[in-house]
Amino acid sequence: MTCCNVDVGEILKGYSKEKGNLMEVLHKVQDSSGENYICDECMTKIADHTGLPLNKLYGVTSFYTMFSNKKRGKYVIRMCESSPCHVLGAKNVIDSFSKELGIKVGETTQDGKFTLEYCACLGLCAVAPAVMINEDVHGNLKPEMVKDILAKYE
Amino acid sequence: MLNININGIDVKVEQGSTILEAANKIGVKIPTLCHIPEIQKIGACRMCLVDIEGNPKLQASCTTPVVDGMKIRTNTKKVRDTRKFVLELILSDHPTTCLTCERNTRCELQSMAAELGIDIVPYRGATSSRGKDNETLQLNYDGSKCIYCKRCETMCNEVQTVGAIFSQKRGFNSEVGTPFNVPFKDSVCTGCGQCVLNCPVSALKDNENIDEVWEAIQNPEIITVVQVAPSVRVTLGEEFGLKPGSIVTGKIFAAMRRIGFDHIFDTDFAADLTIMEEGHEFIHRVKNGGTLPMITSCSPGWVNFIETFFPDLLPNLSTCKSPQQMQGAMVKTYFAEKMGLDPKKICSISVMPCTAKKGEAKRPEMGRDGYSDVDIAITTREFAKMIRQAEVEFLNLPDEGPDDPIGISTGAGLIFGASGGVMEAALRTALEVIEGHEIENIDYEAVRGLKLDGVKEATVSTKIDGNDVDVKVAVASGLGNARKLMEKIQAGEADYHFIEIMACPGGCIGGGGQPIPTTTEIRKQRIEGIYKGDKDMPIRKSHLNPAIQVLYKEFLGEPNGHKAHEYLHTHYHHQKYYDNLK
Repeated sequence: MTCCNVDVGEILKGYSKEKGNLMEVLHKVQDSSGENYICDECMTKIADHTGLPLNKLYGVTSFYTMFSNKKRGKYVIRMCESSPCHVLGAKNVIDSFSKELGIKVGETTQDGKFTLEYCACLGLCAVAPAVMINEDVHGNLKPEMVKDILAKYE
Repeated sequence: MLNININGIDVKVEQGSTILEAANKIGVKIPTLCHIPEIQKIGACRMCLVDIEGNPKLQASCTTPVVDGMKIRTNTKKVRDTRKFVLELILSDHPTTCLTCERNTRCELQSMAAELGIDIVPYRGATSSRGKDNETLQLNYDGSKCIYCKRCETMCNEVQTVGAIFSQKRGFNSEVGTPFNVPFKDSVCTGCGQCVLNCPVSALKDNENIDEVWEAIQNPEIITVVQVAPSVRVTLGEEFGLKPGSIVTGKIFAAMRRIGFDHIFDTDFAADLTIMEEGHEFIHRVKNGGTLPMITSCSPGWVNFIETFFPDLLPNLSTCKSPQQMQGAMVKTYFAEKMGLDPKKICSISVMPCTAKKGEAKRPEMGRDGYSDVDIAITTREFAKMIRQAEVEFLNLPDEGPDDPIGISTGAGLIFGASGGVMEAALRTALEVIEGHEIENIDYEAVRGLKLDGVKEATVSTKIDGNDVDVKVAVASGLGNARKLMEKIQAGEADYHFIEIMACPGGCIGGGGQPIPTTTEIRKQRIEGIYKGDKDMPIRKSHLNPAIQVLYKEFLGEPNGHKAHEYLHTHYHHQKYYDNLK
């Protein structure tokens, strides 16, 4: 197993062992990995630093869909899975992403550029159906808009 | 005290009680699946819903505290219909392969379905896909049967503080599992089996070795030698409808003969042997400035725990093997030699209260010349299953005894089965050896009993080489309590001489391989059985066991001597986990 080569020690320096810091630490480590994930070795390092048992830490990273312990693409497309988006056609939108990228939900394109995922409610019900691609929000989506959206990402 | 009314009955209950506790107090049964009395109250399963007057919604009685004047109904049509509906939803994602399930007729979910009158599972749709583990020596995991009651998680994290498993993922994909879903054997799991003991279904179960035992018995080339652990004689009866704590020692030996084992022995003998070795090791350490406190090493779940979490304290651990391993070693050396048997043709089998014993038996250092001290370890539950498979009418069996020459045992060996027993047995022998005369009062009440939260302590005065010495001892059961005690030692805040630790709450009588259910109340009854058995024994000190005396004379030489060390002692190593992830 290879490490994602994030300097976890350096990141952790800025944080006390308080429980409340965990989410921020996880985000920082994941963002620094370059592949949108937290590798197993970094998980054990974070567990050692925070004193949180690895089983609980894994409980946290597997619960929140924004975290991943598997390598992901440069851009993570996160399709909101909650009811308002669903009612307004999320399924058609994600099918369109799927077709355009040639991957299924949960997969990454061969060039490592995009990962397609479902996620828990993004809180963007006013513009449902919505996706987030990394930090960008795209709302009021229709299947035919997908191609143009993808073209914006280098 | 608060005044409440349950189903028309007035009850006085203490403030802070839950409705469930109040109902149990007056014998009103409320069904539960996720509840562990005194340990887990999380309202996860929703089976314990009750109707509270003035409350529009049904409430989970296991988490709702009573309020003065509360009027509760536990058996209205609304309550029954709702519970049934909840159970139907649980069953919609549960396999209906009851006939071929390990827990068939002994499953809490199945019983509840029968009680509530489920005649059809009306909802069938997607089923969740969860992990499986068939690679671990001590237990099997089949996530498809999990009903997500989280009892295993609480036992592993809160009670045992091992932290091998935890809730993962979310929604329909939720499951309880190890980090990165590695097999349990690659996690920090100690194999204690408290998760198995508390699983209402068979998501967690024994890693069964019954078939191997039957094969060995059937094979005319193989000589089967069996041993049974102290605590099993006060628990096995429960599998056949007897009250917890009923002593069935004689029936166990009779059942073993009828099943077809060639030679039948009692681990109590090896418990006496353990006391000889451990007692003398302790005296040696005290007299020669060895590492103190010395800590017992009988419990393999505990040994795994200290090897994983407190490697710096390994020098404190007694080098004595556990009674199971000592018995196995004597079977394949002393007994084989005496009988003119080839140790390689002996299959050494143990009936244990313990899932961790399966792992201990397979430790590579436990044997010599290419064979193991113990070949197969089975749990109390597995042994009961074998008795049923053999169609032996257990309750109608006569009382029989074990075979010679290593069958004789004492009350000291028997009390190994309860928390505090090893300490008491060791004191009975060590103090007499130190003082050189008989000691009459040998009931060390302070180290007895079930202490779920904390440590039992005692101070015993004696004379060592003419000097007055207060020997300070501590006894802990449950790995959570063990952890606290180890942290105290690390901090230099513990001045004990001798510590007994058992991985399971209450000691072996509450072991991970014992009959299900094992509750606090049942643990207490089993402990009573153990001490009643001890009182009735003609010999109650290990060093007075005539078979032990003969063994040292004929074979071992001195306790803690060269030969004893070769066969009866072992060594430990730091277990590193998740290293493969680094």
